[in-house]
Amino acid sequence: MSHRPRNIGLGSLIHYRFPLTAIASILHRISGLLLFISIPFVLWVLDISLRSSFDFHRVVMHFDAPICTFFIWAFLSALIYHFIAGVKHLLMDIGFFEEKLSGKVASGIVILLAIVLIVLLGWWML
Amino acid sequence: MIGSVTGLTRNGVKDFWVQRISAIILAVYVLFLLGFLISHSPVNFAIWKNLFVCTWMRIFSLLALLSLLGHAWIGVWTIFTDYVTCAVLRGILQIAVVIVLFFCLLWGIHILWWG
Repeated sequence: MSHRPRNIGLGSLIHYRFPLTAIASILHRISGLLLFISIPFVLWVLDISLRSSFDFHRVVMHFDAPICTFFIWAFLSALIYHFIAGVKHLLMDIGFFEEKLSGKVASGIVILLAIVLIVLLGWWML
Repeated sequence: MIGSVTGLTRNGVKDFWVQRISAIILAVYVLFLLGFLISHSPVNFAIWKNLFVCTWMRIFSLLALLSLLGHAWIGVWTIFTDYVTCAVLRGILQIAVVIVLFFCLLWGIHILWWG
């Protein structure tokens, strides 16, 4: 059996069972990618909202459309998760949560806290 | 030492620091905006516009925008180097991302100063 490192294809990933720390990490990446894709849309909304009072109200009115509400919720959810997981990352840089147990607990707290805030946000937006 | 051609600073340690410092700037900016929206609720056009025409807010927003674009560059580079194994495709994707980020910078500056 070879001991060389091997690359794991994206497709075969679904057959693995992931520890909590890995799930926290991959969600950080996915949310980051979503936020990256959102950049032009955020700039677009900012651009229109600063043009005139009329345009500002047009933007706010569109926020009430269900499809827009959903995308704003999705964007803010990604932001909430990325923010909290990012804070964990910075804490890990200065030496916290590096043991197996504390790492697991910290990942659990990040995911749980994010879920609570995302659900509360969705409830508030409805 | 062989540097990474498509990394932001072509140096892993510098990229590491750019990622951390930009993260802190972005976190402060997001918390500031959240605090502003809550304390001025309901926000109307005049309140919103008055915030963004302040010189300090323009500079703060530009700093956040530069942080965001640098942060995105490094983040996306990390994802591409991990999951896109074809070097040519990875190079093309990264260059496309950099072009998009560059246009976002120009657009953002335009919004902040002439929006």
